Amino acid sequence: MTTDNVTMWRELDIDLKSHDRLLGALGPIYQQIYLSQRNRPEGMGFFDFVVGDIHGIRVRELREHAKNGGKVVATYCVFVPEELVWAAGAIPVGLCAGTQFSVPIAEEVLPRNTCALIKSSFGFKLGKICPYVQASHLIVGETTCDGKKKMFEMLGQYQPVYVMEVPNKKTAASRQLWLEEVRAFKGVLEKLTQNEITAENLSAATQLTNQRRRALKRLYDLRKARPVPISGKDALLVTQVSFYDDAGRCTRQVSALCDELDKRVAKGEGVALEDAPRILISGSPMAIPNWKLHHLLETAGAVVVCEESCTGTRHFSDLVAPGSDGLDGALNTIAERYMNIHCACFTPNNERLDDIVNLTKEYRADGVIHYNLQFCHTYANEAVRVEKRLEEEGIPLLRIETDYGDEDTGQLKTRIEAFLEMLRK
Amino acid sequence: MICAGLDVGSRTIKLVTLDGNDLKSQVAATGANPLKRCRELIGDNGYRRLVVTGYGRHLVAPALGGEAISEIKAFALGSHHLFPGCRAVIDIGGQDCKVIRLSADGTVQKFEMNDRCAAGTGRFLEVTAATLEVPVGSLGNLALGATRQITLNSLCTVFAESEVVSLIGRGEETAAIALALHEAIAVRIAAMSKRVNIAGKTVFAGGAALNRCLGRLIAEKLAIEMVIPDSPQTVGALGAALLAREGD
Repeated sequence: MTTDNVTMWRELDIDLKSHDRLLGALGPIYQQIYLSQRNRPEGMGFFDFVVGDIHGIRVRELREHAKNGGKVVATYCVFVPEELVWAAGAIPVGLCAGTQFSVPIAEEVLPRNTCALIKSSFGFKLGKICPYVQASHLIVGETTCDGKKKMFEMLGQYQPVYVMEVPNKKTAASRQLWLEEVRAFKGVLEKLTQNEITAENLSAATQLTNQRRRALKRLYDLRKARPVPISGKDALLVTQVSFYDDAGRCTRQVSALCDELDKRVAKGEGVALEDAPRILISGSPMAIPNWKLHHLLETAGAVVVCEESCTGTRHFSDLVAPGSDGLDGALNTIAERYMNIHCACFTPNNERLDDIVNLTKEYRADGVIHYNLQFCHTYANEAVRVEKRLEEEGIPLLRIETDYGDEDTGQLKTRIEAFLEMLRK
Repeated sequence: MICAGLDVGSRTIKLVTLDGNDLKSQVAATGANPLKRCRELIGDNGYRRLVVTGYGRHLVAPALGGEAISEIKAFALGSHHLFPGCRAVIDIGGQDCKVIRLSADGTVQKFEMNDRCAAGTGRFLEVTAATLEVPVGSLGNLALGATRQITLNSLCTVFAESEVVSLIGRGEETAAIALALHEAIAVRIAAMSKRVNIAGKTVFAGGAALNRCLGRLIAEKLAIEMVIPDSPQTVGALGAALLAREGD
C-alpha cells in the first residue's frame, strides 16, 4: 500500500483504521479464491492488478478527473443509463456492495432483515470505507426495490443522491414514464456537470458503452465452449470490474482476454474437466467481492458457465440501437434498451423465465442454480415460477438463498454437492 | 472384506460396517473433536474401503482415506436399500432437516434442505426438551399424552424457547406444550415436503425419527405411507457403507 494512497484516502475522509482492516481481509480472500486457481488465462493478470490496488489507481483517476473539473457519478444498478453520464463528460462508477464487512455498520441504522446488498452499500457510506463513494459527486439510485428506495432516502443525508423511477410494468404508459425519467436524468447531469448533452456526445458515449457490451458478450459466448476456457469466478470478476473501470480500457482488456480464450477454445483447452457439471446461475446480482457461490461451486468440481443476472447477461445483452432523429431519437433508443432488462422488479416478468431456459440451452448448462439474497423478495418469490418452468422443461434446479456471511457454508456445501451428484448420475 | 460408512453429524457420529452381508453399527456423540471420535469408533478394525458423509465429511474423509458424499445421496442409498419401493425420504438430524424425492430406482430427483437455522431440527427438540426439563428421548411420549391442544407461533429455536417459557409461566400443561412443539416441526416439514412434491412410501430417518409423536404427526399431515427403519439414525451411514461396498 503506497503512501500516496494513504494521503488520498485521508483527503477523501476515509476511516483509515477500518479501511485497513477491509483491505487486509481482502488480500488473503483473493489469494485463496482467485490466485490459487489453476490454468488461469494470462489476460486475468490485468484484473488481478486492478483488484490488488482496488482502492488506489482507479480512485486516483477519478480524483484527477475531478481536479480538472469533471464529475463522478456513482450508481448501484444496471438501469441507470451510463451513456448519459459519459456524454455529460462525467465518469460513471458502479459501486460495489458485496461484502459482509460493511454490514454490521449498516445494521446500526437499518433493520437487520434487509438484504445484504442494501446493508453493505449503506455501511460503506456510514463507515466511510469506500473511496469510490467518497470521490463521487452524485449517487444515482433507482426504484427497483423497496428496501433500496428507503435506503437512498437515508443515504441522501450524507451525500447528494438522485433517484430514478423505474416502472414496475411494461405498458405504454410505463414506457413513457421511463422515457421522461431518462430525459429528467439528462437535465440532472447537465446541471451537475455544466455540460450540455448533445446528439454528438451521446452518440460517442453510446458507441463506447456498446463496444464494452460487445466485448463482454464475446467473453460470455466463449464460455459456451466445452471444455470452458475460463472459470466462472474469473468471468464474474471481469463483469464486476467492468462496472467501475474506464469503459474504453475495459473493452480493450476484455478483448485481449477473449483473443487468448479464442486460442484456448481452438486447442480444446479448458479450466475444468470435460465432464465437470456446467452451471448457470440466475437471480440476484453479485457485487464485488461477492464470490461466495461461484467459489463453493467450483471448489466442488462444477464450473459456472453463465450468470443470468445484473452482474451477468443483463449487464450487456442488448445494445443501444443507433438513434435516427437527433437527440430525441437517441434518448428514445436508450430508454428502450434499458426497459428491456428483465429484472424481477417488473410484473409480469415472463421474459426472464424464457431467458433462463434459452441461456441454459445456449450455454449447454447441466443445471441451474437460482440464487437470491436473503430478504430479496422479488427474486425469492419469482423463484417459485422459475422452478415450475424449469421443471416443465426438464432442467434441474437448485434454489439457494443466502447472504454475504460464511456461517451457512456447511449447509450450502451439502446442498451444492448433492445437486452435483444428481447432475453427474 | 469390511467396507465402512461414517456419517459425521453435528450431534452424533454413526458408523456402519459391512462384512459381506454382516452389518454392524455404532452411534457416538460428536463432541468437540469429531475426527478423534471417528478414530475411536473405528478402533483397530481395518476397513477396505470407507465412504464418509455428514457435515464433518470433508474433515474426516481426507484424514481417514475415504471418499466424501453428501447426506442427501447417503440417505437416498440407505433408504432405497432398506425399503426398495420407497419414493421419498424425510431426514431430521441434529442441525438440519431434508426431504428427498426418489425415482423408482432410488436416485435423487429433487430435494430441499433447511438453510442456516436450526428451526425444525433435532437441536430444536433438544433445546425445548431442556426447557421443559424432560429428557429428549421421552419428549415424544410426553406429547402423545397431551390432553389439550395449543399452538406455538415461533419455530425459531431461540424464540420458541422464550415462547415455551411464557407458556410455562401461564401454567400450561407440559404435555400440551410438548405437543405444540412437535406440531410446529411437523408443519414445517410438511411444507417442505410439499415443495418437493413427495408421494408414495416415505422413509422417516435421522435421530428425530426415534420420536414416535413426530413421525405420526408428519404422516397425518401429508397423508402418506410412512415407514421408520429400526435404526433411523444410521440410514446415512448405511448408505455410505453400501456405496463403499459397491466400489469394492
